[in-house]
Amino acid sequence: MAREARATTEAVARRSYGKLVAFLAARIGDVEAAEDALSEAFAAALTDWEAGGIPDNPEAWLVTVARRRAVDAVRRRRSGEAAVPHLQLMAEELASTEDNASMPDHRLALMFACAHPAIDPGIRAPLILQTVLGFDAATIGSAFLVSPAAMGQRLARAKSKIRQAGIPFRVPERADLRERLAAVLEAIYAAFAEGWSDPDGTEIRRRDLAEEAIWLGRLVVSLLPDEPEAIGLLALMLHAEARRGARRNADGDYVPLTEQDPALWDAGLIAEAETLLLAASRMGKVDRYQLEAAVQSAHAVRRATGRADWAAIKRLYDALEEITGSPVVAINRAVAIAETDGPAAGLAALAALEVDGRLAEYQPYWAARAALLASAGDIDAADAAYEQAIGLERDPAVRRFLQHRRAAMRGAMN
Amino acid sequence: MQYLLLIYGNEAGMQSATKADVEQMMAAYGAYTQAIKGAGVLVAADRLKPSTSASTVRVADGKTKVLDGPYAETKEQLAGYYLIEVPDLDAALSWAARCPGANYGAIEVRPIWAM
Repeated sequence: MAREARATTEAVARRSYGKLVAFLAARIGDVEAAEDALSEAFAAALTDWEAGGIPDNPEAWLVTVARRRAVDAVRRRRSGEAAVPHLQLMAEELASTEDNASMPDHRLALMFACAHPAIDPGIRAPLILQTVLGFDAATIGSAFLVSPAAMGQRLARAKSKIRQAGIPFRVPERADLRERLAAVLEAIYAAFAEGWSDPDGTEIRRRDLAEEAIWLGRLVVSLLPDEPEAIGLLALMLHAEARRGARRNADGDYVPLTEQDPALWDAGLIAEAETLLLAASRMGKVDRYQLEAAVQSAHAVRRATGRADWAAIKRLYDALEEITGSPVVAINRAVAIAETDGPAAGLAALAALEVDGRLAEYQPYWAARAALLASAGDIDAADAAYEQAIGLERDPAVRRFLQHRRAAMRGAMN
Repeated sequence: MQYLLLIYGNEAGMQSATKADVEQMMAAYGAYTQAIKGAGVLVAADRLKPSTSASTVRVADGKTKVLDGPYAETKEQLAGYYLIEVPDLDAALSWAARCPGANYGAIEVRPIWAM
């Protein structure tokens, strides 16, 4: 019984966390209160469901408990403000919707509140990840190269701003929608990247993240069918998702993109991505996500020709670097240069990035550097770079892969 | 919710403006005030005399200290305000963007702490 209660709460958290937070936040105008109330409701569910059985509609049960907790918490917090009329209104509003069999989905409205122009641009994406997908500050911090404590403070400040400034929870008018879309897309992509980095699905919260991000991407496309960047992002995610099964061999070891068996790629997802990308490109507004999807498309060419279109990939990364100025893009560009112009040219492109201090702790930089040094024949320097890359990697399968590469390089020398 | 729209502008720039420019700005403020009244969101609004007319008061150890001039010396000075009642920040921001002062200086939008 205890195990069943725990399994059900975990399943509900996975399935409905963001939907429940969005539903509560939209009604009380306070993200933090919604999150706190919901986590108290989940804690209550663990003991109540074990003792009294699992309710027919666990989500409705959680909303009812969270609603009571939220009213209590807001009463405590707003003691100095005009609390009474606000609380009555809130209780009525929550009660009127609580009985609905199907809870309305306010996740998109919540995302747009988090991406509001009155919120600091740098915190919008992390905020969406936390509120809609339930990420903790440490996980978000590692994805955005910020310390967990600093990320936690910035998230708390942003949530307080939403409540105090009266930022609305609704999908903005069409004119504003376009403006705010970029922040929403960035967050969806960051969520996808997080799920992507955990192919074995070992962590419950991250297991469905890539699928969740694709779901969010589809939702935005259905709302904004004429927005090429939303379509471009969906194409990008589908291209990457198509290769999920090819990223590990039979022993569970990591297989890099360039060595994957194209026969293992999901042809259906690739076809859908290509159709989307073509539709987006006809809308005449090329930007970051369409370019990144086009890079994936140039890799997918290998199914037919046996070799990725590296010249196209290099050109696309040139354009991407101009738009984003991102060091991560620059690393990929250096790898593409090595493929078209040789390892020395790739290393020269990497060397230009060394001034960026953030890269010192960024695994892909060291892995790329190690591979390029190895193919240039500079074994000692490659060995040191592998050492760094292995030390920084958190995925055991990738770590093993890097260790094998390093050992093979040294073996070839002896 | 109530929001205070604080209008900041460059007083020196205003003083050197031509008569025609000032008249045009006053007409714009007149139309804006009519619109905000007509929408039923206006609670109060006032224009302030120049910051050179300001006095700043502090009380420390039971003694009142009065200084000539505004609290903070800034490039742009507080010139007036509109207090409005609207549903949310988006509505407050769109009224702030319509304020003629937004074209000359800046409008700070502050939610009122309801008591």
